[in-house]
Amino acid sequence: MSGIFTKSMARNIFYGGTVFFFLLFLALTFDTERELPNRDNRQNLTPEVAAGKHIWETRNCLGCHTLLGEGAYFAPELGNVYTRRGPEFIKAWMMSQPTGAPGRRQMPNFHLTDEELDQLVAFFKYTAGINTANWPPNIEG
Amino acid sequence: MQYKSQAVAMPYFIAAIGLFVGQIIFGLILGMQYVVGDFLFPEIPFNVARMVHTNLLIVWLLFGFMGAAYYLIPEETETELYSPKLALILFWVFLVAGAATILGYLLVDYATLASMTGNDLLATMGREFLEQPLLTKIGIVVVALAFLFNITMTVLKGRKTVISIVLLLGLWGLAIFFLFAFYNPVNLVRDKFYWWWVVHLWVEGVWELIMAAMLAFVLIKVTGVDREVIEKWLYVIITLALCTGIIGTGHHYFWIGTPEYWQWWGSIFSALEPIPFFAMTVFAFNMVNRRRREHPNKAAVLWALGTGVMAFLGAGVWGFLHTLAPVNYFTHGSQITAAHGHMAFYGAYVMVVITIISYAMPILRGRAANSEKAQVVEMWSFWLMTIAMVFITLFLTAAGILQVWLQRISDTPMSFMATQDQLMLFYWMREWAGVMFFIGLLTYLASFFIKGEAKTAKA
Repeated sequence: MSGIFTKSMARNIFYGGTVFFFLLFLALTFDTERELPNRDNRQNLTPEVAAGKHIWETRNCLGCHTLLGEGAYFAPELGNVYTRRGPEFIKAWMMSQPTGAPGRRQMPNFHLTDEELDQLVAFFKYTAGINTANWPPNIEG
Repeated sequence: MQYKSQAVAMPYFIAAIGLFVGQIIFGLILGMQYVVGDFLFPEIPFNVARMVHTNLLIVWLLFGFMGAAYYLIPEETETELYSPKLALILFWVFLVAGAATILGYLLVDYATLASMTGNDLLATMGREFLEQPLLTKIGIVVVALAFLFNITMTVLKGRKTVISIVLLLGLWGLAIFFLFAFYNPVNLVRDKFYWWWVVHLWVEGVWELIMAAMLAFVLIKVTGVDREVIEKWLYVIITLALCTGIIGTGHHYFWIGTPEYWQWWGSIFSALEPIPFFAMTVFAFNMVNRRRREHPNKAAVLWALGTGVMAFLGAGVWGFLHTLAPVNYFTHGSQITAAHGHMAFYGAYVMVVITIISYAMPILRGRAANSEKAQVVEMWSFWLMTIAMVFITLFLTAAGILQVWLQRISDTPMSFMATQDQLMLFYWMREWAGVMFFIGLLTYLASFFIKGEAKTAKA
């Protein structure tokens, strides 16, 4: 870096560039918010789904599972679990944990009531309806 | 030590290293649970151990950043800290709050912890890396603001160098973007969209400012290269970081319900994200080659060079590996992601914090550099930990490629759990590499207790 490119030029490019790209990011965010109603399945956001999301969060499900590919990679993807397994399987699964099979990964039993199980399933039904650009590549997640 | 108040950095560094040890122990537990599924179940389920592992990492890095700021700001601004007493009070507040949170994770059922700590008033918990109870989150904000007040007041009354301005910008950005941790809409897509404003804009945004400022400070000290040159480099690096990294957030917006144009924005801009890390590597080697002095602290120089290389490999190369949307379609949320996460955090943030500790700790203990013997041990720990991390990353990458093949590309895709069974060999090798990392970490700890003839005089 020769004498032609001075420190104050570098500084100005930094501030100018940062402000420019941050404003561009805000503009894209604004446009995203406009587009989301067509993709994020908000028409199915019922109070039951909201309660299900609360259960999802307060049991720290993301500490083992992924949801739309984000979370931990210890247990299966659950964004499409409603499609893969269906509501009855999910509830039966939750109630039969932990399996206790020696050496196998164990999932705690969260002692959810029937109502809470239905709420969680409603949440999974809603997540399965989000337009994720065809991700995951197949039903296995 | 040129300024008395720099001494407050010492407890921050010690706490950082202590929590680092805890983080690695929980990492070993997690690695074990990958191969022996019921290991420590039900006492420490995987999700709890993971929360402890990741949260300890964040907290000890924050301790490292704060310690770094308390150490380098007085020297940069040529004035004592505004309030060393406030810095010490905040140290204890942060340590007690952090320890209480970790104990809460380990001893209290998470749902109970949530209802005990006001999560029903404002639900913020149960999201990756932001698992902290509401009270802890508020505590983080209070500590961060008081810390920023202290540092900002110091900068205002002293000399304003580029390093201190950039560090300050990074730290303010850290505090401001953390506020999105309190925003948790019911709409999952919007929840995820703004969650990344904390996570991505931290690690691929403002933290890079902090990292670059810390690295620049150490390089000035150990090479004696002209400040003008180093500060110009610093501006170039952070310009590259933010001009690619801000829109680069888009690489997280491919498959979470966001519009599909993000596949273009995210792919293009995040493909450029390795450039600032490459510049950082070139910068570090360039400055060391042009050094005008032989600093007695060889270990610190090694860590500084290592930071550049490993950050470029982990964040740059391993990030690029799976950042293009057509590739990410198959690798999203697989062990490839885990491979990248491990090496990027180690190379960029763990190593830069160790770099400043390596440089500053001997001076805080009253000598320019540690004895030859202690430095040799420290350099051994550098190689042990760094090579172990390379192996962890390679084994996870191998596991990830196999996972993606069996579960997502094959004509007859296997289920998640059936696929996991096929990856066991790689998970075992990863765990052994983890043991090697832990041995490296113990070696690092030992280096602090090795006596020998210390290098005298102030550097």
